[in-house]
Amino acid sequence: MKMRRVAVIGIGITEFGELWDASFRKLGIGAGLAAVEDAKISADQIDAMYVGNMSAGRFIRQEHVAALIADYSGLARDHIPATRVEAAGASGGLALRQGFLAVASGLHDIVVVGGAEKMTDVSDMESSMIQSSAADQEWETELGATFASLHALIATRHMHDYGTTREQLADVAVKNHRHGSLNPKAQFRREITRDVVLRSPIVASPLRMFDCAPSSDGAAAVVLCPLDAAKKYAETPVEITGSGQASDSLALHHRKDICTMAATKVAAERAFKMAGLSQKDVQVVEVHDNFTISEILAVEDMGFFPKGEGGKATEEGRTSLGGDVAVNTSGGLKARGDPIGATGVAQAVEIVTQLRGKADKRQVKDAAVGLAQNVGGTGATVVVHIFRRA
Amino acid sequence: MATAPRFWRENPSRYNLFGFKCNSCGRYNFPPRIICPVCRRKSVGKMEPVKLKGTGTIFSFTEVHEGMDEQNMQKPYIVAMVELDEGTKITGQVIDCDARDLSIGTKVRTTLRKLSEEGSAGVIHYGYKFIPICEGTKVAPQDE
Repeated sequence: MKMRRVAVIGIGITEFGELWDASFRKLGIGAGLAAVEDAKISADQIDAMYVGNMSAGRFIRQEHVAALIADYSGLARDHIPATRVEAAGASGGLALRQGFLAVASGLHDIVVVGGAEKMTDVSDMESSMIQSSAADQEWETELGATFASLHALIATRHMHDYGTTREQLADVAVKNHRHGSLNPKAQFRREITRDVVLRSPIVASPLRMFDCAPSSDGAAAVVLCPLDAAKKYAETPVEITGSGQASDSLALHHRKDICTMAATKVAAERAFKMAGLSQKDVQVVEVHDNFTISEILAVEDMGFFPKGEGGKATEEGRTSLGGDVAVNTSGGLKARGDPIGATGVAQAVEIVTQLRGKADKRQVKDAAVGLAQNVGGTGATVVVHIFRRA
Repeated sequence: MATAPRFWRENPSRYNLFGFKCNSCGRYNFPPRIICPVCRRKSVGKMEPVKLKGTGTIFSFTEVHEGMDEQNMQKPYIVAMVELDEGTKITGQVIDCDARDLSIGTKVRTTLRKLSEEGSAGVIHYGYKFIPICEGTKVAPQDE
């Protein structure tokens, strides 16, 4: 099938954090309006909208949020199709993929992709229970496994099989906080030391508080259109050259090897194949570091470093700004924040910002190709997108 | 709060470790599946219910300090992924031991325990947890 080439022509993002005065709809509209303004389009040019959201039903007791956002952004006046996409933590990346497919197929010309989550209207306990529902509720969660503890099982095994150290896990958080300190939209903009991580309270051994991404409120949005029309709207259009998605068993225990997220591997292979690019072409990467161990798996599984060497690469600064490949220049989920449904779209916003050369103090020099990896659950859904400055 | 049937229908597996053996490839599945995830259509009509022995070894484990409401009274508690002797892996708590005494490869067996309760007047949920098998002790099948 001949597909059209697709470009990002607008990006928008709200502040991430504990935003007591911001409602779900205020966040969603804020990001959407910013993206539409950035693309310099008017509302009546928009053909369709996709919204990534994991669990508004449990966080704010509101389902049907795509219609809600369409209504409050004035798009329901023209009755545009508005679709919510859910794949736990990968909801945002998957919404982006749906928007990409809609434009690539020729069905729609201008599509807005948003992602939003309002997490702090419930208690921390309730919030972690909702996050745990991304795992197998009946055969993991109800047996006592928290979402953090499932990642702790991965970390324990990775340390056992490959000699990854507790300090190397800490180095992921230290790096992402350092990057976050350079991002004015990040939830945490303060640098931390290894010691801060290693002295923070244990959540599920070996993972401590500073190994875990926070609960956040926030939203992000991008505007897509066919590449051949992109120059009309954007000074520096960014093409989505590859989109890969893969699934795996819902429960972590049904995987032969828990130190590899097979879905990450497959989704990345599919995206690289579509883009006709390889790892060495990529300068900037956003990965799903909901826990520090997740970033180590991500950089290994996507082939940036050999299996078992992600921790060492982090320790040696090879994933930092100025390293071999800059990973999570936004601060990642750890420091930028992780409003679940917004995260995958926020990753795209960061990559586009980098490829436009507008990332200011955290700019990766001569960034031309970027990649975003967005994970649902413990790796049962993974979406990978590759972007290139057009 | 969920109704009782939400949990009750899982009791054969929660209480007695009922799983399914695929007689197409010979793999054991837990919890029960209608089709074998490997053989797919070839497994239709060949999935045989079996009771798993409940013995296995620790594949990975963690001590949980930030638990969920139901487990609050037990914190910290240990969660392990256990590779059963039949080859399938399952997740559950390890009890009656200290995390320092466990390692990857430690032999464990299942035992029936209370998992959680829904408030003081709600449903009480029971199911499997693991206890370490001490060297030299004779292992009885699951104590029930």
